[in-house]
Amino acid sequence: METLFASCIGFLTACGVFLMLRGRTFPVVVGLTMLSYAVNLFIFASGRLNLRGAVILGTAENYADPLPQALVLTAIVIGFAMTAFLVILAIRARADLGTDHVDGKLPTPKQAKREPRR
Amino acid sequence: MSHLILLPILLPMLTALLIMLPPIHYSPNRRRWLSMGSTLLLLALSVWLLSQTLQQGVTFYALGNWQPPFGIILVADTVSVLMVCLTSFLALGAICYGSAGEDEKGSFFHPLFQFQLMGINGAFLTGDLFNLFVFFEVLLIASYALLIHGGGKNKTKAAVHYVVLNLAGSAVFLFALAILYGTLGTLNIADMAAKVAVVPAEDLMLVKAGGLLLLIVFALKAAILPLQFWLPATYASASPPVAALFAVMTKIGVYALLRVYTTIFGEQAGPLAGMASTWLWPLGLATIILGAIGVLSSLDFRKLVANLVLVSVGSLVCLVAIGNTAANSAVLFYTLHSTLVTAALFLIADMVGLQRGKAADRLVSARRVAQPVLLGSLFMLAAVSVAGLPPFSGFIGKLMILQAVDTGPAQAGLWSVILISSLMVLIGLSRAGSTLFWRVSGQPSNEDKAQPLQIFAVCWLLSASVALVVFAGPMTSLTQQGAVQLADVPAAISIILKAPGVSP
Repeated sequence: METLFASCIGFLTACGVFLMLRGRTFPVVVGLTMLSYAVNLFIFASGRLNLRGAVILGTAENYADPLPQALVLTAIVIGFAMTAFLVILAIRARADLGTDHVDGKLPTPKQAKREPRR
Repeated sequence: MSHLILLPILLPMLTALLIMLPPIHYSPNRRRWLSMGSTLLLLALSVWLLSQTLQQGVTFYALGNWQPPFGIILVADTVSVLMVCLTSFLALGAICYGSAGEDEKGSFFHPLFQFQLMGINGAFLTGDLFNLFVFFEVLLIASYALLIHGGGKNKTKAAVHYVVLNLAGSAVFLFALAILYGTLGTLNIADMAAKVAVVPAEDLMLVKAGGLLLLIVFALKAAILPLQFWLPATYASASPPVAALFAVMTKIGVYALLRVYTTIFGEQAGPLAGMASTWLWPLGLATIILGAIGVLSSLDFRKLVANLVLVSVGSLVCLVAIGNTAANSAVLFYTLHSTLVTAALFLIADMVGLQRGKAADRLVSARRVAQPVLLGSLFMLAAVSVAGLPPFSGFIGKLMILQAVDTGPAQAGLWSVILISSLMVLIGLSRAGSTLFWRVSGQPSNEDKAQPLQIFAVCWLLSASVALVVFAGPMTSLTQQGAVQLADVPAAISIILKAPGVSP
């Protein structure tokens, strides 16, 4: 279970970082969303992974840490709000700047010539 | 009266909600007066809290009356309360300036400003790392919206970069918190300081990784060298009262560095003690140099002021890396000075820019400003202070920085970098001043004279520079006391965790 969980988090993080380094706002937003998924799973794992753990004392032999669950909930809410804001901002940037490139303008034609499009 | 600690967070929040209610929201004047009045009250409250803290030492407020380290606590010590006082002093100046007309260029200026104050005060007062993250997000989401206040291409472009960078920073912050919680089992700062000394050897590298991830996050907030590229464009494009308030935002990063690397990973941390200094010292020096080069090469005045922010951040980071009592005391004093003076410079840049017609604040010859004597004197006072020349607070601040190191290669490095950067700042500012006020042609237009409220706001901020000199004795003893209290981690731990050894 640990291996599966860890590789899931690693894969999500790698995808998130890759997408965040793209030049358009939409991949960046998706990348940040994936990164926040990875973060949420990671926080969840900080309370140790165990199956059938009880949260209330005196009801089982195996206990789960309730605090990471509270932390994850907070992180999800905040991350969701921030992503919503970023989406609106990206739409506004598209309208204001006329392009969805993160720098507000496409790279200069000189650079584009050097790497011709296939 | 222990509830006092909570008020600097509650008051701005309630004010923001109140301003959004119809009877106040529909009248610009009511919004302004309520916002200014509430900030004045906030200043009074923070000064009261400071006087209480000076009498009683470290006090804390347990939210929901949970016994620490289990619940969230707010901690009032001299350092955090001094920063709250600084924020409310600065905010009053910025709100007065904004109320002269800038606030009507977009909606919800005052509520957002108050929410940001709530976030800043919360970040200073909190005694819990996860709560610090939450307050960071509160102040950030308010700052995102304030940054695009007024609209325009430049603001939108700067805001996209700023928001994406800070969201990535938040993700790293959460990774760091999860690692630290997974290894130390707590997020209460005092409890972490107690636990980090006895961390088992196999967890040592994990804790170190978590601690250094936090360094990345706070370096991003404070704009230290490899992570500072967002700052000049963001600060130069924000509307002036917002830029003035943002002057304290980088200092939150420095405060968090100070808190985490002196309290948690301080001298008592065993093998992890002082792990950030090796990184912070060279990066701080490089930030100063880069900021000074930026000051010399800026083509407009607001970019120049934004680069001055970088210079001050670099100096503060070097002091955090040194980490002795004299250095921490200098951090506090220099933070007070540099925040208020750079904020005043942002406001002056706006007033000058408005009176120069199309040239705005670009450093080219343009038409005469309408009030050369008034604006020129304000600029002169602020420039002399920020460059560190004798009569004003910058001189004492720089002197305290230089006195914080007194031997060895550290002294050679810091003294040469600080002194050379001061010279470069002086050259940059004198060039900017002579271009703005003396290389003029044509007649001034009398339509854009600065309003009394704007002039009051700048004088209010600059009066702090004078006051820091006049009351230099009491102020330095105050910062000294704050630094001693900050370094005395065992005392803070024993106050907050009354029964030592309690584990969750």
